[in-house]
Amino acid sequence: MSAPNSSFDPKQVAALDATAIDGMVTDALGAIASAVDLQALKDARLAHAGDRSPLALANREIGALPPAAKAEAGKRIGEARSAIKAALDSRTEILETERDERVLVDEAVDVTLPVDRSTVGARHPLTTLMERICDVFIAMGYDIAEGPEVESEWVNFDALNVPPDHPARTMQDTFYIGSAESGVVLRTQTSPIQIRAMLERPLPIYVVAPGRVFRTDELDATHTPVFHQVEGLAVDENITMADLKGTLDHFAAEMFGEGIVTRLRPSYFPFTEPSAELDVQCFVCRGASIGDPAKSCRTCGSEGWIEWGGCGMVNPRVLAAVGIDSSKYRGFAFGMGIERTLMFRNGVTDMRDMVEGDVRFSQAFGVES
Amino acid sequence: MRAPVSWLRELVAIPEGEGGRDIAERLIRAGLEVETVETMGEGVDGDLVVGHVESIEELTEFKKPIRWCQVNVGGVTRGIICGARNFIVGDLVVVALPGTVLPGGFTIAARETYGRVSDGMLCSERELGLGDGHDGIIILPTDSAEAGDDARPILGIGDEILDIAVTPDRGYALSLRGLARELAISYGSEFVDPGSALVDLPAPESVRTPAECASEDLAACDMFTLRTIVGFDPKAVSPEWMRKRLSACGMRPVSLAVDVTNYVMLETGQPLHAFDLGKLRGTVTARRPRSGDTLETLDHVTRTLDADDLVIADDRGPIGLAGTMGGLDTEIDDSTTAIALEAAHFSAEVVARMARRHKLSSEASRRFERGVDRQLAPYASARAASLLLEYGGGRYVGMTAVEAPVSDVVIEMPVNEPSTVAGMPIADAVVVDKLTSVGCQVVTDGELLCVTPPSWRADITDPADLVEEVVRLIGFDSVPSRLPIAAVGHGLTPQQRMRRRVGTMLGSRGAVEVLCYPFVSDAELDALRIPADDPRRSDVRLANPMSDQQPYLRATLLPGLIAAVRRNAGRGNTNVNVFELGSVYRGAVSGRAVRPSVLDRPSDAQWRELNDTLPSQPFQVAGILAGERELDGWWGSARDFDWSDAVAAALSVCDILGVAAVVRQGSDPVFHPGRCAEIVVDDRVLGSAGELHPRVVEATGLSSRTCAWELDLGALMAAAPAVRSAPRVGTQPVAKEDLALVVSDSVTAADVEEALRAGAGDLLESVRLFDVYRGPQVPDGYRSLAFALRFRAADRTLEAAETAAARQAALESAARVCGAVLR
Repeated sequence: MSAPNSSFDPKQVAALDATAIDGMVTDALGAIASAVDLQALKDARLAHAGDRSPLALANREIGALPPAAKAEAGKRIGEARSAIKAALDSRTEILETERDERVLVDEAVDVTLPVDRSTVGARHPLTTLMERICDVFIAMGYDIAEGPEVESEWVNFDALNVPPDHPARTMQDTFYIGSAESGVVLRTQTSPIQIRAMLERPLPIYVVAPGRVFRTDELDATHTPVFHQVEGLAVDENITMADLKGTLDHFAAEMFGEGIVTRLRPSYFPFTEPSAELDVQCFVCRGASIGDPAKSCRTCGSEGWIEWGGCGMVNPRVLAAVGIDSSKYRGFAFGMGIERTLMFRNGVTDMRDMVEGDVRFSQAFGVES
Repeated sequence: MRAPVSWLRELVAIPEGEGGRDIAERLIRAGLEVETVETMGEGVDGDLVVGHVESIEELTEFKKPIRWCQVNVGGVTRGIICGARNFIVGDLVVVALPGTVLPGGFTIAARETYGRVSDGMLCSERELGLGDGHDGIIILPTDSAEAGDDARPILGIGDEILDIAVTPDRGYALSLRGLARELAISYGSEFVDPGSALVDLPAPESVRTPAECASEDLAACDMFTLRTIVGFDPKAVSPEWMRKRLSACGMRPVSLAVDVTNYVMLETGQPLHAFDLGKLRGTVTARRPRSGDTLETLDHVTRTLDADDLVIADDRGPIGLAGTMGGLDTEIDDSTTAIALEAAHFSAEVVARMARRHKLSSEASRRFERGVDRQLAPYASARAASLLLEYGGGRYVGMTAVEAPVSDVVIEMPVNEPSTVAGMPIADAVVVDKLTSVGCQVVTDGELLCVTPPSWRADITDPADLVEEVVRLIGFDSVPSRLPIAAVGHGLTPQQRMRRRVGTMLGSRGAVEVLCYPFVSDAELDALRIPADDPRRSDVRLANPMSDQQPYLRATLLPGLIAAVRRNAGRGNTNVNVFELGSVYRGAVSGRAVRPSVLDRPSDAQWRELNDTLPSQPFQVAGILAGERELDGWWGSARDFDWSDAVAAALSVCDILGVAAVVRQGSDPVFHPGRCAEIVVDDRVLGSAGELHPRVVEATGLSSRTCAWELDLGALMAAAPAVRSAPRVGTQPVAKEDLALVVSDSVTAADVEEALRAGAGDLLESVRLFDVYRGPQVPDGYRSLAFALRFRAADRTLEAAETAAARQAALESAARVCGAVLR
């Protein structure tokens, strides 16, 4: 900026008269409006609002005016500058928007291109189903118990009230370790974990025990020599069959939907007395398929109920083998197959899919089942 | 156990209109597992009549002999073509008339065949779905029906058969008697026990003395009876109704003597055996085998007997395996006229052991293993004798018997016990009523019940058994549903949380979890180049493996994973990243595990000893990476998995557990000698990762450059911090320095990094290797490693001189320790 005039010049300054300033504004607005891109607008800004623009030069002359005219001329120039600035801002906005739109259009891609650079991972649905079951019981205050897969016959059979030569032993075709006389087996069920829990944990006991079990069955669509079970055990004062039923009903509702209940049918297991087979209400038809061919249900075979597992009140002989006073404590226990549960819950039709390790099977489940 | 409804109805009054499915439902509620309800001749629809064969013309002009028969079907004679040859003129046969539909939807029509119009069909058992009999057509007993009679009721068509899986505690249900009793309780109807009333037999004739019997071991055989019949007609055949029932129950009719023993066994549950008396010498004795005894059983197998077996023997030696199978030498044949009929009670354990030892499970052994009525033998044998006399003629000579004294079990139970256990009110009178209905004698003594179970319920020994009887007969569906208030739980254990975290992390990062069988072979371990003294060489061996090829339990997870990768490849998927979390097994089992008493808790010493017998079962995690990590695509070309992905996977497990692991150059023989990392935690090697050895790849049939990793997850979890310490996040400005260092190829990146860290001092925040260069500017046998160093002070902006000094100290340290030269 140049320095203001220090000497007083009484002569009127032509550049500051109203008509001249209006002309400057008109020129400026015209140039701004006709700027077609940001570069043209930058040139227009320099020409009409820069240091050497007519308006800037006119502004320098204000000092030469008589004091009475200074205020009016200053006001007039200020208004002119505002008008030009507003026009510039507005035009800048328009041109920048135009530029942005053009650039972003140029940069556009086809976002429907595949993004599967690498294959997806997954957990095995049997694992996640066991975890889901554990979570249901954790929420009820249970702990998760575990035990070894190579187990002693005493824990796997004897302590569970399955004496040697009892037909119940031959119900479970057993893998023996070393020799048939070693007394060491691959556990045939998760029930030995009950024995370990009762020997190693303080009373009362509320545990569930998921795990892998083994029987000498050939692999086919419905059998596998290596499979999974989950076991539940509660030992406390005043435990009753009603508590067992209530626990199973709650479990069924958590796994299969609100309102789904269980049904107990008398049966036999050496380690429980009374013993029961455990059925769960069909969560697909909820019984509507029974006797109605029009509503036939593949999940339950139109039976309305699905066989799920076994359960009962812990046999006092089992409590004796682990030194629990059965006159004071009672217990209930239940168990079910995880493969079987996954089959009817998730519609798996062939056992082999669960054991062969074809990644396509697990990938369909992701990290939840 | 197969049970025809028509037979059950003879023993118990079942309300009219109750079908097989209704009856099955009753039995299921009582705790009997009814597996199927079949209908005899299901699928037969239309006219099935009795025909009388009036003439037979043999047609010989065809490839096989064919008969053109004239058959009277009740006032009308029809010409029928038949290929069977087992009938003669005058026989009564079963005729399916035109329009009748047979099982499989096969409709009979009058049609021309073999040059004649065949106006119907003569039926075999198999064609009607009644059995496997296809030796010829069905011939009905002479005079048993009239031509034109409806053949359906005669054949039992429409009768329903329940098939029941009997659990080991319910031996009594392996009989019509036992099933009928359950139904009588369920329907509340009368039941006449065929096993508790002695059938009237004729007075013994003293034509000769009855055969003698004895038991040398009254614990193993506490009742032995032998009835003698002479003058028996060896040509006598079983009545049609008996043959039909045996077939319906799945037993093949053989001869009258055999059929009667089977029939009475089905009816009462008492196994019986008929000896040809003419082939016996001396006293028939239940005894233990003598050294060197052998026996050829009815299945033509010569068995070497064990001292723990129990045999039936005569003066010459064993003639039967007690309660299991008879001997061939004394078998009834078609000239037998004198019969010694054995009915006995054997110990369940003795028979079970013997059946298992000889791998011989028979109808008799299945019953004895599950418990046969201790008192039943003389009743059942009377019933059988009367049937033999009725259908085979002959004279009854009498019975000999030995018996150990019976000691009744009395079980004491508080009368409110069923109510307490079930968690619902049960009236005292109901308890007594239910126990009485199953045959118990109940004496009330104040609040205590003294209960004597019936002889056919050897399974009832404890108060809990009585509770079950009461509650099951009331119905388990009466038990209310209530939630117990569990004790305060602890949630997942740290180990359980960590295993979940590892699995979810690997699954989320692109690996797929598989669950492999733990069975391995020597060949698989050889293919992996695992040395004999390596802990991954299996030493836990199965006595009875699924396959002799894979007799071991795994001591490494790799063989199962390799099999899974190969299976995927075989199905066309060669890009596979799989992992498994699971146990391995180490430490051969020698000797015998202790088997403490089950009457009380094992001692601490016994429990410790028992657990010490078991192999160690550490928990591992492993993975295999084969094929492409990043696929071909619009983004560029594919990138294969390489050793670094395997190391990254292993380190990701350490990271997620918060364990600081160090990677060192490894020498695991499973891996490529130059591309193997060992994962070290606290100076312990906890696993390997890298590219598999080319020979392993070749021997296992994997694709080349397949990579793998395996970690001792149990040890890693043990090293994981319970609580993680917070870092100090510096807010002062960072000072960055890059260093490119030329080092010999024998120096590892980890060595240089460690030297830099050691030299740089406390101001160093991080070191990161960002480039490796080999080329013209670096001598052969050397490479240039470029590191980015970041320095930061906690409390001030670093002066340029401070940073420079720290950088120089790091450089000097690397030079000193690793021979590094600034490039």
